[in-house]
Amino acid sequence: MKSIHSVVAVTGLNATDNPGPGLTVIRSIRQDPDFKGRIVGLAYDTLDPGIYAREYVDDVFLLPYPSQGIEALRERLTYIRERSGVEVIIPTLDSELPAFMALEEHLRAEGIGTYLATQEQYDLRAKDRLAAMGEEAGIQVPRTVVVADPAALYKIHEQLTFPCFVKGLFYGAELARSIDEAVVAFHRVVAKWGGPVIVQEYVHGEELDVVAVGDGCGGLIGAVPMKKTYITDKGKGWAGVAIKDPNLLAITRRFMAHSKWRGPCEVEVIKDSGGAYHLLEINPRFPAWTYLSAGAGMNLPMAVVRLALGETVAPMTTFTAGTMFIRVALDQIARLSDFQQVASTGEMLSSGGKI
Amino acid sequence: METQQKLKDLAVSETGFVFDPHTGNSYNTNETGRAILLALKEGLERAAVVQLLKSDFEIFGDDLERDLDEFLFLLRENGVLPQHFTL
Repeated sequence: MKSIHSVVAVTGLNATDNPGPGLTVIRSIRQDPDFKGRIVGLAYDTLDPGIYAREYVDDVFLLPYPSQGIEALRERLTYIRERSGVEVIIPTLDSELPAFMALEEHLRAEGIGTYLATQEQYDLRAKDRLAAMGEEAGIQVPRTVVVADPAALYKIHEQLTFPCFVKGLFYGAELARSIDEAVVAFHRVVAKWGGPVIVQEYVHGEELDVVAVGDGCGGLIGAVPMKKTYITDKGKGWAGVAIKDPNLLAITRRFMAHSKWRGPCEVEVIKDSGGAYHLLEINPRFPAWTYLSAGAGMNLPMAVVRLALGETVAPMTTFTAGTMFIRVALDQIARLSDFQQVASTGEMLSSGGKI
Repeated sequence: METQQKLKDLAVSETGFVFDPHTGNSYNTNETGRAILLALKEGLERAAVVQLLKSDFEIFGDDLERDLDEFLFLLRENGVLPQHFTL
């Protein structure tokens, strides 16, 4: 395929024990022999670990937090474009996606390509609408109730059984085994992420995920299913293995056909002991384990780079089942001068400016 | 899922490490178990599997068939073979 000499910017450089997907996306792109371009890391905090992963990130810029509004982001991206020549942006964090989707036309006019879902598609898979979407698409979803008032929790047993998950609209999930625990979880989730909360029936089983890219017309550019083989106390997959499960691909295809999803997403599924599949969530971006797709021979981030540049990418169907990932936490040494530069100027350019 | 496809995709190493790419589960089996799995992958009938075990492992009598059934039960229980699989 054609070599890519573009400047690609990727967000989500936080890489703690609940890592953002930025570095996994960047590593995937870097691994592709056709990528000859540069990587710009877009971070929100001066201590986002990916900023200091200099072997992966050429230039770094801080972005305004989503709470500062779209206009602040637009101005910053225009500046970054002028400084570093960014031609593609891959946002990877849930909270920033609505702003990037709203700016898609503007970015295109400035010569920056993206490959994102529309706001309508984004809303369709929102946690408070997932059950309805599943019903329409023919995908089984655990019983789900949207709760705005904690008083409603005292009657929730009429609609679903305990235990259940109490989830924030965008982030966070707590397991509750009783009404008392559900009320506590409700207040904790609302205090942290705002209301309403989503109460979802707990399904015991194997945790399975799919990283996928939709073509925006109801089709699938590619997908790699994964089974979590090691789960942290935060419920995050620390190790996993690529699997060839046709049922997972069928669920993913049904979602794509129904939503006409454009861009990357993660499909989270539980397979119960009876062999039934339950859709838990659709995350509207690449997951933190995306590097497995590149490792298994289906480089989905690189496909998104090509699509964002306007290239045609044929559907990808092959990957090596049995390819594993095992995450590792390493201490990287950072120079005080680099930290100082990011903290005082909000940027760090290895090239010294636009190339 | 078709039993033959599942068996075809099953990875069985020389050391007896078994990987099921449909579920992501992996197992270890001994030389006899490995021989049975390879025979199933080849599509051998029960009589042929029994004959192969007799010739390769010098096992005779009722124990052989009982052990074979027990191993098949384990494969079904672990989802390596479909629940309806019989030999």
